[in-house]
Amino acid sequence: MSKFMTWVDERFPLTALWESQWGKYVAPKNFNFWYFFGSLAAFVLVLQFVTGIWLAMDYKPDAARAFGSVEYIMRDVQWGWLIRYLHSTGASMFFVVVYLHMFRGLIYGSYRKPRELTWLFGCVIYLALMAEAFFGYLLPWGQMSYWGAQVIVNLFSTIPGIGEGLAVWIRGDYTISDVTLNRFFAFHVAALPLVLVALVVMHLMALHETGSNNPDGVEIKKQPKDPKTGLPLDGIYSHPYYTVKDIVGVIGFLIVFSAIVFFLPNMGGFFLESNNFIPANPLKTPQEIAPVWYFTPYYAMLRAVPSFLETQVWGVIVMACAVLIFFALPWLDRAPVKSIRYRGRLYKGFLIAFIFSFLLLGYLGTVPVTVWGQFADVFPFHGADRATVVSRVLTVIYFAFFVLMPWYSVRDKTLPQPDRVRWK
Amino acid sequence: MRKLALIACAALALVGLAANAAEEAGLRMAPAPDNRLDIASLQRGARDFVNYCLTCHTAKYMRYNRLTDLGLTPAQIKSSLMFASDKIGDTMTVAMREDDAKTWFGNPPPDLSVEARVRGRDWLYNYLLGFYRDDKSATGWNNLVFPNVGMPDVLWQLSGTGKRVEKEFDNEESAEAAAIAVKGLAMVEPTKDHKYTMVSIAPDAPGTMTRAQYEAFVGDIVNYLDYMGEPIRDERIHLGIIVLIFLGVLFALAYALKRDYWKALH
Repeated sequence: MSKFMTWVDERFPLTALWESQWGKYVAPKNFNFWYFFGSLAAFVLVLQFVTGIWLAMDYKPDAARAFGSVEYIMRDVQWGWLIRYLHSTGASMFFVVVYLHMFRGLIYGSYRKPRELTWLFGCVIYLALMAEAFFGYLLPWGQMSYWGAQVIVNLFSTIPGIGEGLAVWIRGDYTISDVTLNRFFAFHVAALPLVLVALVVMHLMALHETGSNNPDGVEIKKQPKDPKTGLPLDGIYSHPYYTVKDIVGVIGFLIVFSAIVFFLPNMGGFFLESNNFIPANPLKTPQEIAPVWYFTPYYAMLRAVPSFLETQVWGVIVMACAVLIFFALPWLDRAPVKSIRYRGRLYKGFLIAFIFSFLLLGYLGTVPVTVWGQFADVFPFHGADRATVVSRVLTVIYFAFFVLMPWYSVRDKTLPQPDRVRWK
Repeated sequence: MRKLALIACAALALVGLAANAAEEAGLRMAPAPDNRLDIASLQRGARDFVNYCLTCHTAKYMRYNRLTDLGLTPAQIKSSLMFASDKIGDTMTVAMREDDAKTWFGNPPPDLSVEARVRGRDWLYNYLLGFYRDDKSATGWNNLVFPNVGMPDVLWQLSGTGKRVEKEFDNEESAEAAAIAVKGLAMVEPTKDHKYTMVSIAPDAPGTMTRAQYEAFVGDIVNYLDYMGEPIRDERIHLGIIVLIFLGVLFALAYALKRDYWKALH
């Protein structure tokens, strides 16, 4: 074996690659629950690739046959139903895992110097993932697929001047049609997976260059080395320690995942919307067009922003900013400590408000704006939908978390950050 | 860590509370009988489906030979369930052309393969019980669950006919109370002069079945439609139990392995 490896290593740096990226990668020893979600995201990515490849073997990207081919997979293809449910559940669980992974980055300051590029690559992965999910959602060719795509593409047509032309260019037609389906299929199965893989490689290489953050925000690379092992005092090799730990994480995740796939594949209409079992009908607009849950916080913002100067582009701008503002995070945060463990009440308060607004916006995006009824017809609301007004307040809170961060992260009373990590 | 989890739970609970504040519209539906595992009911449902529904509606993703799931033999399926086709591997289609259907009904009758996944059991059950006579509509029928639906009450000879009954109440509570007292399909609507109308359906002329027989008959069809929406469901649940047991064991082993490796670290 070692002779073979020498042969390979003289021609390709296989051992060096393995050791730099995982085998001899030194990580802090105090990773907690929140640190499972990085490896889980990688796991779900592979799961989506494998199930996606098998779905593509029987799926027909053709407006006349797409809906039927999905039912064919569900009924006539051996294990097709399982592959399909794994893929549809995987799509939603990908976002669950990625949102929790981002939340980890937020609370422990993983985006701070020197890991800015890791964070930025991660933000681009998030954008690519949204695009991948959006293109993929058209493929079952149900009513929600169709009208969801219609709504999202129409967002581009609100851009003054070039909007209409841009929307036609994206669709390849004046409405969502067979042409659109075919090109979205190409994006979904070829273009974006390539982009995603490239970005994930960059994300991991950047991380393994700087080393991982940890729940205490301690830089283990700055620690003195243990004379016996030659590793930083709080560092351990990823392999075998985090290999065996991440296996536990993956199996734990699979238990939750399988419970959904086998017992609740629709997840109460959140993972598979019931209206998407109606074949796409360009002549029949559904009463309520609700995007899948992972887009609903932004959808709620979009709906809440009023049109102004005779254009609705403002909602689109707000929505785009809400996603893009994550990129600025490394430069907005000026606190002397990274981790929430050593931050003061001010930061914690803003964080809780932010998480609350994100979740509640997410809920409001799944229901009609009339859900809470209307205010009385008096100043200052004049009979406006309650949910719309609440969404506006929540949108302001969402942005306040970021925009005010340069101020509150400095003003906050922080505790001194220790030199060594705490074990638990 | 624990504090954070608490905060997360509190935030989720708040969002949940907000979600619960949303009120359902005024339609009050009777729950469909839960007979998913009743093979005899599914078989009756399949028989009634091909006899009464599969004349205008298709189920073009459902193959006849799939009915072996329900304990029927290919010979039984061929002799008593197949009228529109003679190949057992065929899907459930009908001879009616879509253009004709459009002329006759306004909209072509929808394919029913996955209708249960769109509507759910309760909706289908109440829809089939929700027809009443309406002289103002094109078909002479209307439906409480699906107002102005293009489909006539094709089962009226079995069920008998119903008529729409409206009662007015001064406030919403008493209207709701009256709707609950109906113990079946009912609807509460606000009127223009700030009163409330409770709408229900009363029997007008009897059919060949009693009310209880007809409800069971509809229950069987809904049961079958639900099965047809996802024929794999039972197998999925059975497999899921095995998978979860397997993963549980695997989890215990993996956790023991992790503990063993990490023992040496301090």
